[in-house]
Amino acid sequence: MLDSLLDQIQRLGRGTLTAISRLGRANLFLIEVFVGQGGMLTRPGLLIKQLFSVGVQTLIIIVVAGLFVGMVMALQAYYALVDFGAEDSVSVMVVLSLLRELGPVITALLFAGRAGSALTAEIGLMKATEQLSGMEMMAVNPIERVVAPRFLAGVISMPILAAIFSAVGVMGGYLVAVELLGLDPGAFWSQAQAKVELYKDLGNGMIKSLVFGFVVSWIAVFEGYDCVPTSEGLGQATTRTVVYGSLAILILDFVLTALMFGK
Amino acid sequence: MVLYKDINLSETLIKIRGLKFSRGDRVIFDNVDMDIPRTGVTAIMGPSGTGKTTLLKLIGGQLTPDAGTIEVDGQNVHQLKTKDLYTLRKRMGMLFQSGALLTDLSVFENVAYPIREHTRLNEAMVRQLVLLKLNAVGLRGAIDLSPSELSGGMARRVAMARAIALDPMMIMYDEPFTGQDPISMGVLVKLIKSLNDVLNICSIVVSHDVHETMSIADYVYIVSAGTVVEHGAPEDMRNSSSEWTRQFMEGLADGPVPFHFEAPDLFDDLFAESGKKRA
Amino acid sequence: MNTRTIELLVGLFVAAGIAALFMLAMSVSNLASFGGDDGYIIKARFDNIGGLKVRSPVSASGVLIGRVTDISYDLEGFEALVSMSIDPQYNVFPVDSSASILTSGLLGEQYIGIEPGAEEEFLVAGSEIDITQSALVLEQIIGQFLYSKADEE
Repeated sequence: MLDSLLDQIQRLGRGTLTAISRLGRANLFLIEVFVGQGGMLTRPGLLIKQLFSVGVQTLIIIVVAGLFVGMVMALQAYYALVDFGAEDSVSVMVVLSLLRELGPVITALLFAGRAGSALTAEIGLMKATEQLSGMEMMAVNPIERVVAPRFLAGVISMPILAAIFSAVGVMGGYLVAVELLGLDPGAFWSQAQAKVELYKDLGNGMIKSLVFGFVVSWIAVFEGYDCVPTSEGLGQATTRTVVYGSLAILILDFVLTALMFGK
Repeated sequence: MVLYKDINLSETLIKIRGLKFSRGDRVIFDNVDMDIPRTGVTAIMGPSGTGKTTLLKLIGGQLTPDAGTIEVDGQNVHQLKTKDLYTLRKRMGMLFQSGALLTDLSVFENVAYPIREHTRLNEAMVRQLVLLKLNAVGLRGAIDLSPSELSGGMARRVAMARAIALDPMMIMYDEPFTGQDPISMGVLVKLIKSLNDVLNICSIVVSHDVHETMSIADYVYIVSAGTVVEHGAPEDMRNSSSEWTRQFMEGLADGPVPFHFEAPDLFDDLFAESGKKRA
Repeated sequence: MNTRTIELLVGLFVAAGIAALFMLAMSVSNLASFGGDDGYIIKARFDNIGGLKVRSPVSASGVLIGRVTDISYDLEGFEALVSMSIDPQYNVFPVDSSASILTSGLLGEQYIGIEPGAEEEFLVAGSEIDITQSALVLEQIIGQFLYSKADEE
């Protein structure tokens, strides 16, 4: 009995050490990725190709999701406010929740699932088929050539996608509020104009999505680069990207919200 | 001191001394010495899992030994700065087991990759070089295909063309014959030999396909359990005094490496009481 | 898909993002409305400013004409000193105009309402509004009510 207890403790210790050393590897890797950004100065085509694969191809899901989220927010806001005679504030609720929270967070979660897992799979597959090794032996730095462009594309794409999400959401909210629920279109915009602040709401939301882009892209490229080069290991790596990425987004969201919007 | 036995060979290109390398608890190399000549086909053979691929990665500087030195063309590989290591690697060609072609590029672009990376030749010249290299391996017609459209053997030949793109001084072949049909195998064997002779370079072939490798090797190292068991000219290997070597060379089912995995007596196993744990 | 198409789509993608950002900024934030940088500053003193904040609106007849720029406590008169920036196109307020702190709507955002007076001289930069009405504080109102109720009996 004591044996199995000691066993458990030992396994716990080993697990913790493994996790910590993994974290250390991830940080060293991040530094290498930063240094590797320089390779794109002479090869902008690499970045453009990744912006397409990571950003443009995530656009459809972002636009559709944004539209429906905006519409739902407008409906819910109306049902909540109409009892107080405050239905003119529907636009304020829709816009504020989109800009401050829903835009950055939902975009980041969708991104982690779609683009993040794709990045992990791509890099992991290149590792498993020895393409990364092959590049090294051809005296080409695989981090510069394969990893860094994908990372930068993720960081750049995220705020762009979040902005598009929020904009489409606001328009969806407008559609529901004015066309469906019959609210005054002028009131919609003027109420929002009065209550929404450029730096505080829009600016902070963009900063949030930038942070999310950084973290999700980091996790995605690291999991791919560090994966066990078998088909099983690849599956585990993509799962980890989505799970850890999503958790990181939600936890960071709490921290950032407290910092930015607290009094 | 050159370690070659009784043979008149060219000077050494790669000197390995006192190499020690472990992965976790497993010792892969324990005090290994090797000399690899500047020209000719050197075979490194041994059972699966003895770390032959690891040896190639150590020579190429992708892994660092726990102890010992590896010198390539007079330079200590693991003491080189990254920039110098990359310069050295441009003179090494490596053929991975799967070919390791970049899957998002066509055959042409794969072979052109090292040329475009490391030279400033214009596109017309690059095209001509690529055509010539592909011609040398007999795949000039496949120039516009993508790697997914190639068979395993063809992929390896394209990888070979890529490996010689910069006219290296040595090529390392990691298990080139594994899983090939007889014709592909024959093609690869012929190619390795003729490339080696025409370009007058060092070819290191890591393999456990005894018959094919021996047919083209000029010098043989047999590695097992972390040390060099034997080395010498191919004929000497066939007539070796070591029973183990002969079992390996002839592919015998039983010998110093036993057929039966360690197990208790058969009678005891068959008639043991059910549920009783084996002793 | 060839390189030209890819580059085009990426360019459109980035442009769409910038356009979205711009649209959000313009149509829903207060960037489009009064900036407040080029207005003229006038002052007013209040006994109690209630929930008035810097950047609170200043209106006349319900129309936004400026913003509060500074709130401080005057130790000489023991009262609150509020500075506000008025849009320069509204420069014909008589010097005897009054400033009151009012509450907007149910949810209580407080603003300054300006009632024009009758004099012929106008407020300029640096002028002070003399007639002011402080914010209504709930406890004081309840206290007055109870006091007047007690008085009745």
